[in-house]
Amino acid sequence: MIQQVENPVLEVHDLTVSYDKKPVLWGIDLSVPKGAIAGIVGPNGAGKSTLIKSIMGLTALSSGYVKIFDQELNEVRQRVSYVPQRESVDWDFPASVFDVVLMGRYSKIGLFKRPRKADTEAALFALKQVGMDKFKDRQISQLSGGQQQRVFLARALTQQADIYFMDEPFAGVDAATEKAIIQILKKLSEDGKTVIVVHHDLQSVSTYFDWVIMLNLRLVASGPTDQIFTSELLEETYGGKLTLLSEVGELMKKGQYPSRDKQ
Amino acid sequence: MNLETFIEFFSLQNPNVRYVVLGSVLLSISSAIVGCFTFLKKKALLGDVVSHAVLPGICISFMVSGTKDPFILIIGAFLSGWLSIIVLDYIVANSKIKEDTATGLSLSVFFGIGILLLTVIQHSGNAAQTGLDSFLFGKAAALVGKDLLAFSIIATVILIVVFFFYKEFKLVCFDQEYAKSIGLPVKKIELLLTSITVLAVVTGIQAVGVVLMAAMLITPAAAGKFWTNRLSIMLLLASVFGAFSGIAGAYISYAAPSMPTGPWIVMILSFIAILSFFFAPEKGILIKLFKQRKIRNQLLEENLLKSFYKIGEMNEDFTASRSNEELIEIRRFSSAQFKAGLSRLSSQGFIKKENSTWSLTQEGFQKGMRVVKLHRLWELYLTKYLRIAPDHVHEDADTIEHVITPEIEERLEKLLEYPEADPHSSNIPYQ
Ligand SMILES: Nc1ncnc2c1ncn2[C@@H]1O[C@H](COP(=O)(O)OP(=O)(O)OP(=O)(O)O)[C@@H](O)[C@H]1O
Ligand SMILES: [Mg+2]
Repeated sequence: MIQQVENPVLEVHDLTVSYDKKPVLWGIDLSVPKGAIAGIVGPNGAGKSTLIKSIMGLTALSSGYVKIFDQELNEVRQRVSYVPQRESVDWDFPASVFDVVLMGRYSKIGLFKRPRKADTEAALFALKQVGMDKFKDRQISQLSGGQQQRVFLARALTQQADIYFMDEPFAGVDAATEKAIIQILKKLSEDGKTVIVVHHDLQSVSTYFDWVIMLNLRLVASGPTDQIFTSELLEETYGGKLTLLSEVGELMKKGQYPSRDKQ
Repeated sequence: MNLETFIEFFSLQNPNVRYVVLGSVLLSISSAIVGCFTFLKKKALLGDVVSHAVLPGICISFMVSGTKDPFILIIGAFLSGWLSIIVLDYIVANSKIKEDTATGLSLSVFFGIGILLLTVIQHSGNAAQTGLDSFLFGKAAALVGKDLLAFSIIATVILIVVFFFYKEFKLVCFDQEYAKSIGLPVKKIELLLTSITVLAVVTGIQAVGVVLMAAMLITPAAAGKFWTNRLSIMLLLASVFGAFSGIAGAYISYAAPSMPTGPWIVMILSFIAILSFFFAPEKGILIKLFKQRKIRNQLLEENLLKSFYKIGEMNEDFTASRSNEELIEIRRFSSAQFKAGLSRLSSQGFIKKENSTWSLTQEGFQKGMRVVKLHRLWELYLTKYLRIAPDHVHEDADTIEHVITPEIEERLEKLLEYPEADPHSSNIPYQ
């Protein structure tokens, strides 16, 4: 069941993404309304990270397009923020917590220029929001996994964007931190911002999210949580029905077929 | 080493010395700064590729121009070094070949062509070609004014670029995808970083040669990272290490003319890196060992004093002399540690030796009593607040007693309201 909305803030149209010619997302069509807190769920390797990365323009699309606020990503970058998976960087980098959070302001600061007072204030404020202000001068390798996650969240918050994409912000955080983070997300949504989150814990989906996107190489469902989050659809997402799809994907990789010609 | 040479060298009166010193310093700093970024990007092998790949460019420039003018050679070197990185990236992006293989491929193909051209030139009978192969091994001791001018220009360009793009380079090295997501022109920034890397290599290679060039890039960065957690300070340290090695290398080859400058620069850099590995605060191996040893000694000494105190408690006499046997009965110590610990305690004035027995001084008594007090307070805290069974708390308290600071001690006392006895009904002593 895929519910499309009027005036979506995010519209993904007929999106196919391949690595080495092997499609890992097939013809995704979805839209998300303004102010939603949306959860993306699906098993490992379902393409959740890939979906977010292709929306953020970080992986090439084989077909389809993405529109944010009814525009191309490049037109609205200043209003879009991305929280990558924590494992995607080397935390042994010589930087402090504050340095990393300040990176969220780099595009506002502009090329050649140094951070201004307003930027450092924004970074400090974001650190306070996630409860990490005491760790501001700590070297980032000396943080726990949950603290690293909060640093990434703070970095995204400094962007003061209107739509946030977060890849597993709850991975490896304790219950108290998770609660604090979801509080921040709810606040964002109350302010009319949209938050789209890759999530693994099915228990908490119905309390955290008002919109759910179920993914397993293809889009299984997308819509309001109370209508979509049913055991049949979960079974379809997590069940083993999709082996056919991944087998065909492997064939395409071997045969080097063009995976859907670019339009 | 003799003083006369030393003064002669550092007065920089001799123009040759001046060229060599300034040249070595400039190119060491350039490579050190650029190297920090390649190091943090985990592209340590990039320097190797570029340094090998500049050779065909140098040969072609020479064949076309027929001169050894450093500017012309540098342009050729730059172009072919740059091309090798483009080829490398193209292979990685557009084929299934992995980065390490592509690195080897790019390096050997370019270097192969370079050697081929060099051989052709050497057999062509062109008299001007002599010395061209100095690019292979370096010629820092033979730098001339025009080389120096070229180096200065390149070093300035590198410094300016790093100054203006500092925060962009930092972000691209740390988290490239995020950099893209906020709309930084990551491709262009990387291209710029590649370009200054090639520039640094093209200059550095003339001093130290193809093989040692990678070390000029990576070693100062690796050494600097041991000392700091800030990128800006790491850059500064790497440049200081680079500059120092440049001067020292030049001096050594001046004082002992048979010694080559370039290899000595690299030797000194490596030496600094090794020193950093052992001695840097926090991250250095020796400092870590030293700290561990200090803690071991502290534990031993406090445990010994605790034994004294406990014997005193049993006999209701804290000042009498105790024999080794009595002490060991209270707690097992290995015999070597036991002796060393006792002699340290006596030299610190916590115990006195009489014949072959020991007695507590007033200070030793105080200290032993404090450890016992902390042990028992902690046991009580564990049973009362963490609901741990009284027979399980001893082990824990045995470690924690050495860790508790006076502030925590005070809070514990208040929290537990200055208790009289621990869970095993042993008396908790107060001063
Ligand atoms: N860079 C890449 N090159 C080749 N294949 C990739 C690449 N990244 C991901 N894949 C493949 O694409 C598929 C989807 O991966 P993706 O990371 O999007 O899954 P996910 O849903 O985020 O999984 P997880 O829950 O484990 O994070 C997987 O089969 C994976 O092996
Ligand atoms: Mg993922």
